[in-house]
Amino acid sequence: MGYTPELKELIKRVEATRPKRLEMARKGENFPALTLEERAVVLEKFHPDYQKEGRRPVKTGPDKGLVLPEEVAMLLESRSMLRPEHVKLDKVDFDTDVLVIGAGGAGNSAALLAADAGCKVIMVTKLRHGDANTMMAEGGIQAAVHECDSPFYHYMDTIGGGHFTNQPDLVATLSHDAPLSINWLEGLGMMFNKHPDGRLVSRHFGGSSRKRMNSAGDMTGAEIMRVLRDEARSRSDQISTIEFTPAVELLIDEEGKCGGAILYNMETREFFICRAKATIIATGGNGRLHIKGFACTNHYGATMDGVVLCYRAGVGTTCMWSTQYHPTGVSYPEQNVGLLITEKVRGLGAHVLNVEGEQFCFPLEPRDVESAEIIKEALEVGKAVLTPTGRYGVWLDSPMIDMLHGEGTVRRELPAKFIQFERHGIDISKEPMLVYPTLHYQNGGIAIDGDCRTVIPGLYSAGECTGGVHGENRLMGNSLQDVITFGRRAGIVAAQYVNSGVEVKKLTMDHVVKYEKELAEAGVENPVVAPILLPDYSTDEVASRRLLQVQGMLEAE
Amino acid sequence: MSQSESTPKKTQIATGDRAILPKGAKTIPIFIMGKQYEVPETLTIMKAMEFAGFQFLRGAGCRGGICGACPTVYRMPNDYKIHFGLACQTVVEADMYLAQIPFYPANRAVYKLEDIEARPDMINALYPELFRCVACNNCTKACPMNVDVLGYISALKQGDIARAAEISFDCIQCGMCASRCMGEIPQYHIAQLARRMYGKYIMPKAEHLQKRVDEINAGKYDGLLEKLQKMSHEELEKLYKEREREPDLAPNGTWVPQDAQYL
Ligand SMILES: Cc1cc2nc3c(=O)[nH]c(=O)nc-3n(C[C@H](O)[C@H](O)[C@H](O)COP(=O)(O)OP(=O)(O)OC[C@H]3O[C@@H](n4cnc5c(N)ncnc54)[C@H](O)[C@@H]3O)c2cc1C
Ligand code: SF4
Ligand code: SF4
Ligand code: FES
Repeated sequence: MGYTPELKELIKRVEATRPKRLEMARKGENFPALTLEERAVVLEKFHPDYQKEGRRPVKTGPDKGLVLPEEVAMLLESRSMLRPEHVKLDKVDFDTDVLVIGAGGAGNSAALLAADAGCKVIMVTKLRHGDANTMMAEGGIQAAVHECDSPFYHYMDTIGGGHFTNQPDLVATLSHDAPLSINWLEGLGMMFNKHPDGRLVSRHFGGSSRKRMNSAGDMTGAEIMRVLRDEARSRSDQISTIEFTPAVELLIDEEGKCGGAILYNMETREFFICRAKATIIATGGNGRLHIKGFACTNHYGATMDGVVLCYRAGVGTTCMWSTQYHPTGVSYPEQNVGLLITEKVRGLGAHVLNVEGEQFCFPLEPRDVESAEIIKEALEVGKAVLTPTGRYGVWLDSPMIDMLHGEGTVRRELPAKFIQFERHGIDISKEPMLVYPTLHYQNGGIAIDGDCRTVIPGLYSAGECTGGVHGENRLMGNSLQDVITFGRRAGIVAAQYVNSGVEVKKLTMDHVVKYEKELAEAGVENPVVAPILLPDYSTDEVASRRLLQVQGMLEAE
Repeated sequence: MSQSESTPKKTQIATGDRAILPKGAKTIPIFIMGKQYEVPETLTIMKAMEFAGFQFLRGAGCRGGICGACPTVYRMPNDYKIHFGLACQTVVEADMYLAQIPFYPANRAVYKLEDIEARPDMINALYPELFRCVACNNCTKACPMNVDVLGYISALKQGDIARAAEISFDCIQCGMCASRCMGEIPQYHIAQLARRMYGKYIMPKAEHLQKRVDEINAGKYDGLLEKLQKMSHEELEKLYKEREREPDLAPNGTWVPQDAQYL
């Protein structure tokens, strides 16, 4: 397949400007970076987080009045897929010590640590065990493991990178526990990249003062996920994992403690009551909401379910207005759209270019600034490339890498990306890539403290679904560490709570009734039903035919 | 099948992954489990199926070629060959005849890693079927990740755990190899065991990490972190700006910063 003749024609313009740009690069000259003032202007005007349009105050719930992206606000103003008056809560289908909702990195870590403390655990997940954003992480995981580094510098880099908006106790926990997490993973048999003497291979990353990025090939997240999944399977005497069965509502007992959740078998469409002494939400991010129509890097089930369930029960959010857009998502070929092109490509010297083959920004601005500049080039300047499927793209001049660092560098340093494009007939060491910002990470989320507690007793949360660890801007490698550190903590703290002797009283869905009343009073008409569980990618044509179906079916159940 | 289909207000939440087709885009016929659908060319099998109106429950995970949820088998007209691919990575071709195999049963042995050692006979005891391999190479041909499956199975038969671990590293546990195996071997489960044995028992331990862990557990950094949490924005910003940066070219574990008070 490869590039179309039209695109090939445009690539000639990139090639035409390349010799001159290479010469600049060899002399260490760069396209000038923006000043702090200029950054503020471009962010204000073009970064989706800063734009007024597409954002509004949420009308109900603990964060009422907070200005959020429309897609997020709409889901927070949602109603339950269950009609509380029809649900029989006295018929308990599953009874357990700890219920873990979500089986990614955070969920599995929590389940394992709760099991270590002697608890019986049920871990439910929406898709297969391990179908999660954790599986997709390539770059690495931070931890201050070398002598020149310490939790102090991890703390500093993290809070500075987050523009000092992070929640301090969470950053302290993260930097304190990070080496413990790596040690735990090593003990579980994870294949870290190591020097011959066993010392971890660690690298720099955007915003680091010390080399702190540890990895396992270019599939660090997949290796973490495989190992944790295998360990959870080995512990099936204590951990039962139930796939394709998301939680769709929390249960609160009459004393106001969390007492488990309602589960939904997506294959048989049955609902089940799961009573648990402690519940841990680890449902991951929200990339699949496609805020403002952006493509995303996330897995299929990243629909913000955990935040929705908690919000309805009265748990507020932290930094929920903030979303991480990665500046370089694939915009061509269509089959790779939205997938991540790591920062490393620009780190290795590739320029970002418009349709004329001209530079228009410094390629290593912070992620939010770089994204805004690319969007500006497309929307205001009008010099982006239009792909055959009608998407914007700018060139990322990857062939420069081999020219700067020697033949074979692209293949060696970016093996996974090389294969991914080669499959579609594009040799990225010889042809540039087309990229555009893509939704990458849910910066904000469920409000927790350093021990993963929410405001509801017995309800804990960890991982990408929570907010505050990264503030308004996450550094690379800190979210994998986030999910292991806080996943483990959640497991430990939930088990302590259970082991201290908890009795779940009569279960209720009163919080749902109350919230839906609040929706009506706030004048929210026809609220969406959430969690939405999966995105729907059918065409309008297909969707319109489906609408002929009898409506309201599920509500009767 | 999603609950949102039947709700009063149909909200189009997700648009980002829908193909936006230019005017006059060409469509081609494909056969999904034997039934014909017209889909735009250049889409992946996954997106083409969604275009045709399927909504995945099984058969889609990461959508990025790394989770193994979407293995697909297909044939082309007038060709006896069976082809294998990931639905999220393989582009549709006209007259492709396809079916997904989102799940294939495979035997997984029960073990606790901490109770075993990295010994070939332990693997053989847990997976005696390893020796049923007839070296037909069907597994390797079926692997969408181009893993040398027969290669790692052979390494294991020879007792070379380290080699098997290295060769199998790219495995995404999709199950295609097991589905094609004459010896009914669960290759990817055995490889997982080998990698974990390798990671835990054979690779050298990170001793500097153990030292750091001991320091942390002894409370060495508690006071510092306590202080940091109480620091004002200005103080933090000042310290942030003063950080020394480890030189790019310094090998791990060699650089000594000037300021050692926070180490
Ligand atoms: C392409 C990509 C590259 C990345 N690269 C890096 C990197 O290099 N370094 C880094 O540190 N971070 C990286 N990240 C971010 C990091 O991978 C994630 O933030 C992190 O793994 C999230 O882990 P989690 O356990 O919180 O959520 P996930 O791993 O997403 O797991 C959530 C789980 O919850 C399940 N779930 C969802 N809703 C429900 C429900 N209602 N009921 C039951 N289960 C539910 C999901 O199916 C899933 O199994 C990357 C992310 C992506 C997408
Ligand atoms: S080795 Fe087997 S399970 Fe692993 S990716 Fe290849 S075919 Fe799939
Ligand atoms: S398919 Fe089975 S029998 Fe054939 S080579 Fe692979 S492991 Fe051996
Ligand atoms: S959906 Fe994960 S590999 Fe295709």
